[in-house]
Amino acid sequence: MSRRAVRKSINALALGLSGVATLVGLLVLGALLWSLLKEGLGHLSTDVFTKMTPPPATPGGGLLNAIYGSAIMTLIGILIGGPIGVLAGTYLAEYGRGSRLSTVIRFINDVLLSAPSIIIGLFVYELVVVPMGNFSAISGAISLAIIAMPVIVRTTEDMLNLVPQGIKDASTAMGAYPWRTIMSVAYPAARSGMLTGLLLAVARISGETAPLLFTALNNQFWSTDLRAPMANLPVAIFQFALSPYDNWQQLAWQGALIITFAILLLSIIARVAVSRLGPGTGRK
Amino acid sequence: MSSAVAIDAKRMAGQRLRERIFHATTLAAALLVLALLGGVAVSLAHGSWPALSHFKLRFLTREIWDPVSDEYGALGAVYGTVVTSLIAMLLALPVSFGIAVFLTELAPSWLKRPIGVAIELLAAIPSIIYGFWGLFVLAPLLQVHVEPWISSTLGLLPGIGVLFRGAPFGIGVLTAGIVLAIMVVPFIAAVMRDVFETVPDVLKESAYGLGATTWEVIWRVVVPYSRTGMVGGTMLGLGRALGETMAVTFVIGNAHQISRSLLDPGTTISAAIANEFTEATTKLYASSLIALGALLFVITFTVIALARLMLMRLDRRALSSV
Repeated sequence: MSRRAVRKSINALALGLSGVATLVGLLVLGALLWSLLKEGLGHLSTDVFTKMTPPPATPGGGLLNAIYGSAIMTLIGILIGGPIGVLAGTYLAEYGRGSRLSTVIRFINDVLLSAPSIIIGLFVYELVVVPMGNFSAISGAISLAIIAMPVIVRTTEDMLNLVPQGIKDASTAMGAYPWRTIMSVAYPAARSGMLTGLLLAVARISGETAPLLFTALNNQFWSTDLRAPMANLPVAIFQFALSPYDNWQQLAWQGALIITFAILLLSIIARVAVSRLGPGTGRK
Repeated sequence: MSSAVAIDAKRMAGQRLRERIFHATTLAAALLVLALLGGVAVSLAHGSWPALSHFKLRFLTREIWDPVSDEYGALGAVYGTVVTSLIAMLLALPVSFGIAVFLTELAPSWLKRPIGVAIELLAAIPSIIYGFWGLFVLAPLLQVHVEPWISSTLGLLPGIGVLFRGAPFGIGVLTAGIVLAIMVVPFIAAVMRDVFETVPDVLKESAYGLGATTWEVIWRVVVPYSRTGMVGGTMLGLGRALGETMAVTFVIGNAHQISRSLLDPGTTISAAIANEFTEATTKLYASSLIALGALLFVITFTVIALARLMLMRLDRRALSSV
């Protein structure tokens, strides 16, 4: 073979393999969604949303208490982590822009963004569960807040950085203090991007399991008491999947289906919100 | 006249006060991020102290994990953590690279966006779903079709054959590595794609102009240009794999042992904590698990910090997916 032919065939081989790699990735996504639909959808009924988790080996029942618990803890997590994250992101993008302190904070925040969530669980266990003396929904919500926070700090900063300096300068030139400029100019301009950050954070924490294992624990019954253990979808899936009971495993599949599609939906909504901002703005 | 000035001065004072309060609040929130990391380190050190002061360095060097006689060593879990992550990276790296190449250099523009989004959605799926799917779909598949084949072919090789011999359990170190690989592929692929997109078109076009094939442009121009970013992205993926809990806990078999075969069950640091923490009956047991967590913290912190330092050199805004 001529040198040119060799080079061309290496090219074809390498590019072919990269196509195969992409195909494998897509196939895995397809296989995952397919088995969730196949196993989860078959027995899905309104019971899942209206009945409590059943005792072992008892037919029927649903996941109402787990869905409620997940929703409540995610909500509280965002209510705690959201404002703190937005304020910290504001500091990094506005007051602390370019300072050494904010370089350090940005770096630490990026590390926290990828830190193992089970370690956050251990931290909250030591911080909240041990002093309180028992597992509780509020400790679960706090660990979710800690996981959501770095995501929100990051997107808030990125989005505020995209606001053109010119319109901020215009506000300053009219005599506005920085806080007034941030509130009335920067936040409104970055609003939809910041909202996307919040949605991504919700998507991230609503499926978190590891940090809830020893904070919120699980609860077989309906509970609205934040100081007591609370059922939640991920831990329920974990326990039911590893149980030997058929109906529990069925419910685990249905829970997995619900959680996956809820998160996919959230991620898609978040993406649409960003794409309306135009290309090249922040996280895709 | 003077009263108007007075009102203005009063207003200005109010504005200044609000400015100070707002500034201080944002600063406090930002400092909280620092305090958080410090708090995590302190609480892990505090929680693991009983175990570390009791076992001293033996905690790191022993494989034993025996709640009955209250003797604990981290070696088995550390081994499992490192080996599963290595398997994951070995499998995930070429695939992620391939996907990134496909997305940046090959795919027609109408395909780029949907496939890119699909890969990113794969990254958004929570890890418990991967573990769950691994247990019910992948593990039986591996047990029946793949593992017998592995042990009858690779198992016969001299030397490294030991790694692949043994009964096909379906769950074990190898399966955990594969599930981890599936989990980190979309993540690494997305970072690599972002990094590849930072390569200036002029560089690529000049290589094409000299008659290079697409692959030669990728291998000799794109890869060298984006080396730091690629390594950073890979290490970020490694950090994920090392600390991942739920995807592993389902499929690794939870045995505190170092067995020669990759087909045998094992455990990882995070899987041990997830499985045993609520059942830790003695103080030493719970403290040993927290000590495992502290060890994981040190390992992942190092890997992630290095990765972030490498990625920091790149324009942050180019890296949309990290």
